[in-house]
Parts: sequence; structure tokens; C-alpha cells
Amino acid sequence: MRSDAVPTRESMFKNRKTHLMDRIMPVVLFLCATLSILTTIGIVFTLIGETFNFFRQIPFIDFITGTKWSPLIEPKSFGIWPLISGTLLITVIACLVAVPLGLASAIYLSEYAHKRVRGIVKPILEVLAGVPTIVYGYFALSLVTPVIRSLFSDAGVFNALSAGIVVGIMIIPMVCSLSEDAMTAVPRSLRDGAYALGATRFEVALKIVVPAAFSGIVASAVLAFSRAIGETMIVTVAAGSTPKLTGNPLESIQTMTAYIVQVSLGDTPHGSVEYGTIFAVGMTLFVITFLLNILAQYVARRFREEY
Amino acid sequence: MQTTMTSLIEINKLNLYYGSFHALKNVSMRIPEKAITAFIGPSGCGKSTLLRTLNRMNDMIPGTRIEGEISISGTDIYSGSVDVETLRKKVGMVFQQPNPFPKSIYDNIAYGPRLHGIRDRKTLDEIVETSLRSAVLWEEVKDYLKRSAFSLSGGQQQRLCIARALAVNPDILLMDEATSALDPISTLKIEELVQELKNRYTIVMVTHNMHQAARVSNQTVFFLNGEVVEYDETEKLFSNPSDQRTEDYISGRFG
Repeated sequence: MRSDAVPTRESMFKNRKTHLMDRIMPVVLFLCATLSILTTIGIVFTLIGETFNFFRQIPFIDFITGTKWSPLIEPKSFGIWPLISGTLLITVIACLVAVPLGLASAIYLSEYAHKRVRGIVKPILEVLAGVPTIVYGYFALSLVTPVIRSLFSDAGVFNALSAGIVVGIMIIPMVCSLSEDAMTAVPRSLRDGAYALGATRFEVALKIVVPAAFSGIVASAVLAFSRAIGETMIVTVAAGSTPKLTGNPLESIQTMTAYIVQVSLGDTPHGSVEYGTIFAVGMTLFVITFLLNILAQYVARRFREEY
Repeated sequence: MQTTMTSLIEINKLNLYYGSFHALKNVSMRIPEKAITAFIGPSGCGKSTLLRTLNRMNDMIPGTRIEGEISISGTDIYSGSVDVETLRKKVGMVFQQPNPFPKSIYDNIAYGPRLHGIRDRKTLDEIVETSLRSAVLWEEVKDYLKRSAFSLSGGQQQRLCIARALAVNPDILLMDEATSALDPISTLKIEELVQELKNRYTIVMVTHNMHQAARVSNQTVFFLNGEVVEYDETEKLFSNPSDQRTEDYISGRFG
């Protein structure tokens, strides 16, 4: 037993091997990390390059101020606003559905639910996040749309409301799961402090836990917003393909993503102006999401309650 | 045990179980009004558990079962008609770790009164000042009321938590090892403060520190394994304990 206390020669050699591994592993891991960064850089560069090509043929000012989007049919017109309005319409509807419901379920799970209930419900919610979006698309078209059309007689077969609601349903798990994580991370002692002053569960949830977890909740909402903006299949299937500058959710519209799908699948010749539009639209999408993320970080920092 | 003081809290044959664990065994005592009662004993002896039954903070731990009776000013606090929120308003609590809310000093104090419906700005201002004065913190923070409570030192934070508890005008103040996370000087300040407060409030404190119990309290209760071993005037309990186990504990033979 005594010899164990003194390191022998052999054990020191073993240490050397671990040192070698310690030197190799960071390099391997670094390369893995670099790969994803390089991919991102590659995507951004392709996007920027192709977008520049496009704007050599179509004036940027027409693109950014135009209110008619008709790049495939004469007379051609390249105003981005109908696609932006379509996208925002879907996204706003989706967030109106997902943020209140997601937050409410998060409050339920973190403040009210028994441990056992949470252990069952949370994994189920996360499975919901793994359902392929095409399934949601047909869910919108075959289930939600008929209900909407029976309520509003002037609703189209393809309409923004149906797609927006279902996009919202799709992102509920995300809002819920991330908000719930943020709320569970609020220390027990803060809750105890409020309970000891005679606060009810609801008051503790609303006035202590939600404010303390606010930055996490904002982050979840923005992530959900970005996800809704980028959602493709549901809107392609259920929202239609009519670029239209409208705020009416009962009409058929087209989102930026759905337009990109339309052109990618069609027989638009490679390298043509029409083909270039998808990069310009993609770039617009990228910029919007990027700005949103910056805004989110600002908001989260501004309202952060340290604990 | 003196009988001249009126007792505010009466505990009668209290048994408490966490699941199958018998945490408090047949506890009975009377806690006098406007005095300091200290609970001492080794870790896990049930002293904090008993403290938390007094404002029903144990309710939130699943699997807790209670038998027996606790009454405060003659009302059985575990009877069905008692409103837990009102009870907790009357029985304030200060915790082991200072736990100010991530809000300003002002909003920390005003949180309780706002919760109970006070909206008037002037009334709130007055409550904030009185509570901070009672906790001997006013002079130190009166110019920084809008600052985050986290800008305060640990000892100041704990006095802020005391002020926050006082702001809802309780009759009883429970202190759960309220100085164990603080340095000696902050501890001393809190002890002095507690001496002040006993003129207006009934104070029940749990402490790990026997010397603190001896310094501060009027009555001391010694717990062991969920049972009350001895309950007496502090002076008597420390100078002339009637139970051998109490003597062993206070003379440092275990615990």
C-alpha cells in the first residue's frame, strides 16, 4: 500500500500519453468548430456575391421601395415589400399565438406543475418540436383552413391566418421550453422571499419569476420570431403564392421563403435575373433576422435583472 | 419558565413527517410575546422545520404531513379557514442567505405593501422610510433608494430583507439562521437590531451559534433528533441545564 503514495516511473509515462492527447484534442475540436464557422462564412459570401450580381441588373432603389413583386410575369416588377409584408403577417400571427401560449405553459410547468407532471409534459413538448414542418403544413391546409373558412366566408383556400396560426403552434414548444429553462433558473430563495411576504403563487410567478427571467424570455420570443420568419414548408403549403401588399390575414399571400421555394423548383434558367431574385430575397431575410438578433440582445441586456 | 409573559404562539403535540421521515416528534411549547426565542441544536434536529411551520412555508414541500396544533393569538393556523397569505403577512421571515429581489432598494421594501394593495405613492414612501429606519439601514441608503439592492453589502442586504419583512407590519418575525452567511461585524449589527425589534415584535430565531442564542435571546429551546430536549429561560438553560444532553451540547461535547 505504501508504494501507491509515491508515483512510480510507469505512472509518469502514462501521464505523458495523456499530455499528448491533451495537445491533439484541442486541435481536433478546434477544426470541428472552424468547419461550422467556415460554412457560415461561405453561405454569407455566396449570398453577398449573388446579391451584388442581381443589383447590377435591377436598381437597388426599385427593389427596396417597390410595392409590386412580379419577377416572373410581364410586366416585370421587383418591389420587395409584398414579400416582406407577407412574411411579417405570418410572423406576427405566429407570435401572437406562440408567445402567450408558450409563456403560459412555461409558467404552469415551472411554478405550478408537480415534478412528475413536468417530467412527462416537457419531453412531449420537445417531441412536438421535432414534427416535420410539412406535416404541420398539411395540418394547416386540411384542418385549420376549413375551420377558418367556416367562420369567415371570405377567407381563401390559401390564407395567411391559417398558416400563421400553425407556424405559431409549431414554435410554442420552443418558447415554452426556453422560457421554462429561464424561469427554473430563478433561485428558490427569491420565491421564498416573496411567499414569506404573503404572495400567492400567481403573484410570485408574475411579479418575481417572470421579471427575473425576463431576458431569457425575450431571448426565447426572438428566437421564435426568427424561426417563424424563416419557416418555409407551412407557408408554402398553406399560405398561397400571391405576393400581395396586404394586412388582411384572410387573403392568400406569399412569404420570402415560399417565393424562394417557388423559384428554386421552377424552370427559371440558372444565372438569369429571375434566378438572381432568390439571392436578393434571401439576403433580405438574412438582414432582417440579423437585425432582430441584435435587437434581442439589446433588449435582453437592457432589462436584465441580475440575481 | 416564567408565566408572567403572555404567550403568542402555542404549539401542541406537533408531529411533522416528510414522507416517511418523522422530522418533529410531539413538540409542545408556548412562545412568549415581544421576546426573543432561540431554537438551537445540531444540523437536522428539526429547528428550522419547526420555524417554517409557523408561517406554513413547509406547505410547499410535497409529502409534508402535519399532526397536532399550532395557534397564534388563539387561532389554529392549520385550520381550513385560515388564509395562508394573510398568515404570512402577520408572520414575517428572514432567511439564511440574504435574498433581496433583483429590484431597487425602494422596490424591495415596497414589494410587500404593493402586494397587499397599497398603491398610494406617499404612503409607500412613508412605509419604506419607517421600515428602513426600523432595520437601522435608512441612514446608509436614503440617498440611493433607486439603486439595485445588489449594490449593498451582505450585511446591508440582510437588514434590507428584515426591513422588507417589517414593511407588511407583521406581529412575528422568524429568522432562519439569519446571520450565518455574514461576517462578525454585520452579525453584531443584526444582533443589536434584533434587540431593538423585540420591543415591538415577537421574534423566533434559529441559530447554529450557541453563543448567539446566549447573547441575544430571552428563551432558548434545545432540539435533538426532532424532539424538544429542553425549553427554558436562556440564562437558566445555559448556566444550569436540567438535561444531561443539553449540557453536553452547550459545553461542546457534540454538535
